[in-house]
Amino acid sequence: MSTTYVGALELFSGAVLVSAVMTLWLRQVRSIVAMLRLQGIALAAVALVLAIHQHDNGLLITALLVLAVKGAVVPSLLGRVADLDADSRESSPLVNVSASLVFAAILIVLSYVVGSRIIFLAPSAATRLTPIGIATVLVGYFMLVTRRKVVSKIVGLILVDNGIALVTFLLTAGVPLIVELGSSLDVLLVVVVLQFLILNMGRRLRMNEIADMKELHD
Amino acid sequence: MLCLYVLLAPALMAVIAALFPWRAWIGWTSAGSSALVLGLGVALCVHTTLHSPVTTLHGALRADALSAFMVVVIGAIALLATLFTPRTMRQEIEDGSTDARRARHYVILMQVFITCMLLAILAANLGVMWVSIEATTIATTFLVGHRRTDEAFEASWKYIILCSIGIALAFLGTVLVYYADLHVGTHHSTSLDWTSVLAVAHHLNPDVMRLAFALLVLGYGTKVGLVPMHSWLPDAHSQAPAPISALMSGVLLTVAFYALLRFRAIAAMALGPNFPRTLFLVVGLASLVLASALLIAQRDLKRMLAYSSIEHMGLLALGAAAGTPLAIAAVLLHILGHGITKSVLFLSSGEIAHAEGTTEIAKITGLLARRPVLGGIFGVGLLALVGFPPFSIFVSELSMARAEVDVGLWWAVAISLVCLGVIFGAIGMHARQMLLGEPSTAGTVATARSVAVPLVSALVVVALLGVLAWPLQSLLHSAANAVVR
Repeated sequence: MSTTYVGALELFSGAVLVSAVMTLWLRQVRSIVAMLRLQGIALAAVALVLAIHQHDNGLLITALLVLAVKGAVVPSLLGRVADLDADSRESSPLVNVSASLVFAAILIVLSYVVGSRIIFLAPSAATRLTPIGIATVLVGYFMLVTRRKVVSKIVGLILVDNGIALVTFLLTAGVPLIVELGSSLDVLLVVVVLQFLILNMGRRLRMNEIADMKELHD
Repeated sequence: MLCLYVLLAPALMAVIAALFPWRAWIGWTSAGSSALVLGLGVALCVHTTLHSPVTTLHGALRADALSAFMVVVIGAIALLATLFTPRTMRQEIEDGSTDARRARHYVILMQVFITCMLLAILAANLGVMWVSIEATTIATTFLVGHRRTDEAFEASWKYIILCSIGIALAFLGTVLVYYADLHVGTHHSTSLDWTSVLAVAHHLNPDVMRLAFALLVLGYGTKVGLVPMHSWLPDAHSQAPAPISALMSGVLLTVAFYALLRFRAIAAMALGPNFPRTLFLVVGLASLVLASALLIAQRDLKRMLAYSSIEHMGLLALGAAAGTPLAIAAVLLHILGHGITKSVLFLSSGEIAHAEGTTEIAKITGLLARRPVLGGIFGVGLLALVGFPPFSIFVSELSMARAEVDVGLWWAVAISLVCLGVIFGAIGMHARQMLLGEPSTAGTVATARSVAVPLVSALVVVALLGVLAWPLQSLLHSAANAVVR
């Protein structure tokens, strides 16, 4: 096992988590979307490194697919939503930024605890990095729960999805290609649908906070 | 090839609906396509019960007795829902809440939705099953938002966000099952096929499987509408047009439950029966208790039906907790009985909403005097729903309770009986208000035959299923045996 392979894997997986934590720290919606694009590219790079190392053509196709969907199309779609409201900022998250970063640190520790219950089955350079993927998933959920802007909610959803994709690459070198194709398509469609909803929702809901949605209740 | 034809019927129908502008004949053809699915489902049932599971497309599609049974459930409820499509669209176009273009989208999406559910049932691969179930979310989001009001958009927003984050957990769970499967010593399958995973289920690592199964219950549980991931359900089911509510409540929830039944079989072999049982007990009882508490103060007709779906999904979870062949057979009968009954109720509530101009329970009175046929159908449907004999829900609830007592879960049966009592009282109170009460207008209004005939026939079927002492007995047992060893 070459040190370049391990180094590259660590670098790109690390970049996925760092960009996730950065989305908690940034306030400008536009910069958050840029960070998401970076994360998509890092994720594709992880798949690429694994594909080259394992001479796996299916995984190579997956890497290209991830680059197209998560590195290009999805961030562009989100960017259009962000453009609706040029200087949109996450003004009043339920948990403020510095506390969010502390929570992120706790979540990362937690994911190492959970990860150790999985890694022992097949320890390798790749599987040892699984906690990074789990941490990304948890940061995504944290974002979903604590941020109030519709765009931030979608970003949280995509972080969860990217984290799961990272876990998949590191643990199993990717799910079978047909499943990967299907799930990428699903993610893409979900973002398209969300974009459609935001563009079509009344003014009351469009720009602002999900906390304003109070029409339906018991 | 049967499996493939089952999928092609609604898929082709979606293409036809996309090619031609909306006309009533498209609606009737889509009902024909659902009838075809039902017929093919019956053929699949006969074949899989008498012979063996069938596979098509190099093993990509597989139907055993359980999948065949679910195809029949989907076909039956899709038939009911599509029979109401021409009528619903005509009403909506007349009152200006939709136009021909959106009516066309509605038919296309409804057929895509049915195709995705059928693919989820027939896919041999657990990953493809996940992809199809997630795809149903995407198709139905537009259908929930069909009316394009603020409320409808809010409901679709909540629906897609909650279901996507929930079902993401199910994907993580599926990946962990795959990981455990890849690391079974002598085994070299790299597929995620249910049969090949089940074949080595004894050797799957229990630590990994515990985490995986918990994620799967939470993830697919979101789509089933089990507490604590249920909060999207009342909104989505009350905002969607009635035929879509019927499909979502009657069958989409149980398609997700079907996924849990498949994974339960794997988890029970890898971990023993206790771990899956505990999880199903927790979510099942929580759903029952919450549904019974919220049904009491319910003010909206369609939300009342939606909470009742959460209750019935809780009952299914308790049945799965027992996990014996008898319990699973009863769960399947309950899936069919509840599906048809709930569809009848949603469809008749759509008619009530259209005629009365409201779904608020307090504003609907004396329905039985003013619209005897429609009110009668609705009343009988509610009786079937709360478990009156001769309807099949009575038989399946009794059998599930018996199976639960058999494995020592009498305390869970006791709790669920209390909840069912509360729900009986709550629904009875609301029904009294709507059906009896002082009529708000004099005279009676006839109900169209195109409404009465399908709904009455559906209720007769549910009653026959209960009376004829399990005409499906051998089918239900071979279906249950597919997921219980």
